[in-house]
Amino acid sequence: MSLLAVSNLTKRYRRGGKSITAVDDVSFHVDPGETLALAGPSGSGKSTIARLVLRLIEPDAGRIEFEGSDFLALSGATLRARRARLQMVFQDPLAAFNPRATVAHVLDDPLRIHDIASRAERPRRIAALLERVGLTADLAPRAIHEISGGQRQRVAIARAIATKPSLIVLDEAVSALDVSVRREILDLLLDLQHQEKIAYLLISHDLGVIRSVAHRIVLLDAGRIAESGNTRAVIDAPQSAIGKALLAAAPRLNRTAQDPT
Amino acid sequence: MSPLRRFLRTPEAVAGAILLAALIAMALSASLLFPGDPQAIAGPPLLPPFQDWSLPLGTDRLGRDVLAELFHGARTSLAVGLAAAAAALVVGAVVGTLAGFAGGLVDEVLMRITDAFQTVPSFLLALAFVSVVGPSLGIVVIAIALGTWTGPARIARAEVLSIRERDYVAGARVIGMHPLAIAFREVLPNALPPVLAMSSVIVAAAILTEAALSFLGLGDPNRVTWGGMIAEGRTVLRTAPFLSIVPGIALVLTVLGVYLAGEGIVETTAVRRGLS
Repeated sequence: MSLLAVSNLTKRYRRGGKSITAVDDVSFHVDPGETLALAGPSGSGKSTIARLVLRLIEPDAGRIEFEGSDFLALSGATLRARRARLQMVFQDPLAAFNPRATVAHVLDDPLRIHDIASRAERPRRIAALLERVGLTADLAPRAIHEISGGQRQRVAIARAIATKPSLIVLDEAVSALDVSVRREILDLLLDLQHQEKIAYLLISHDLGVIRSVAHRIVLLDAGRIAESGNTRAVIDAPQSAIGKALLAAAPRLNRTAQDPT
Repeated sequence: MSPLRRFLRTPEAVAGAILLAALIAMALSASLLFPGDPQAIAGPPLLPPFQDWSLPLGTDRLGRDVLAELFHGARTSLAVGLAAAAAALVVGAVVGTLAGFAGGLVDEVLMRITDAFQTVPSFLLALAFVSVVGPSLGIVVIAIALGTWTGPARIARAEVLSIRERDYVAGARVIGMHPLAIAFREVLPNALPPVLAMSSVIVAAAILTEAALSFLGLGDPNRVTWGGMIAEGRTVLRTAPFLSIVPGIALVLTVLGVYLAGEGIVETTAVRRGLS
């Protein structure tokens, strides 16, 4: 049985009297421990889907089943409790944290809210989480704005795994990072997936990133699914127009710059 | 450069800070320098200032020591000004945060209530409230806060509307934080700076409103207030103008001091935020 099953998901926005369909009858599923990539150009609805799956916004139609139960039927305290199993890592790690917070504070919140560790035990848990994502425990008292972008994204991952989730939504989670840091973060994510059997829903427009971590891919265009399948198969021989366009637009190392004429 | 040094390099801010420090010193030392009841008779009535050095600012119509009254009046002005401003800021920030964060019906209801309070002139509101409930220090504080909380509420709401769309608020929801905890722990502290920037104007206005209420005889009758002193002096304005002029000058300098010092603090913190 799949971990996350999304069926016929639809979300419309009203802009100046006109209704725009951001997500149009989208269905997909994520199996335990696998990575599904949602790819597509800007405005294709991939980030909207991420926010719908996390119940940050509500869909107009469709079903979301998570861990075998109707995720859209939850509300209030039961929804907040279930959120422990479904986490998210944002694109901009600076915007994703309260500007006044310290690293320890950011990691303390999920442990406190979901009653994972007692007050006395939490500092040790926080140190363990920091070490798990390749940071040192002495980072805990530092302010979020004092540490580097790569360290911040590691803290974001530490926060996401603090509640032992079965699925993490990665919303362009490596797009804002330096190329060398990007590789390290991807390796960390792969290692976590391998060790803890976490599934990822990877939102990205970067086919290189998708190819290196995703098992399956769903290509979106204007809110609809254009193509889906095994990552290798789709990227090596896209069938849809948008797939071909995305592949043609991706920069490649074997293509050299033209001589200026 | 440290914020303190930047503050000290602004002459207006320093002047404001000195005036404010003098006022606080007056308020704190009132019962040390002038123990006993400031409303007790201390000498012959209507003694002009600088005649008798045991009563440097002279006496009023009933022979009460004007300097002692001035010191004890500083206490009332400061207490009422700070308490009313604090109450207005707290109520305004909480109402604005709830309205902006909850949105929908809650926002509509809270903002219509704010509109209703804003349409009534705040002084009229204070006047009506005190005349109905009766004059005492606490009531005067509530009456002034009643007319001034709307400004902070609107500013807090506007700030919260922009903050609630930020990623870190979404992040707090994702980790399962309670909406009220998000509103008051994640959003409110970040919405506060522009609200606090208003505080000097609010304190100054509150001190003036308190003086005006006392002038109209609606202040706490058991306390010396500058407004009350001016009203007292009004009856003998032709023969003893100093009785109105002395507390009047004190009032002007206090409001000016609060305003200048407040502006100085806002200015230095704004520069610091701009640099970082």
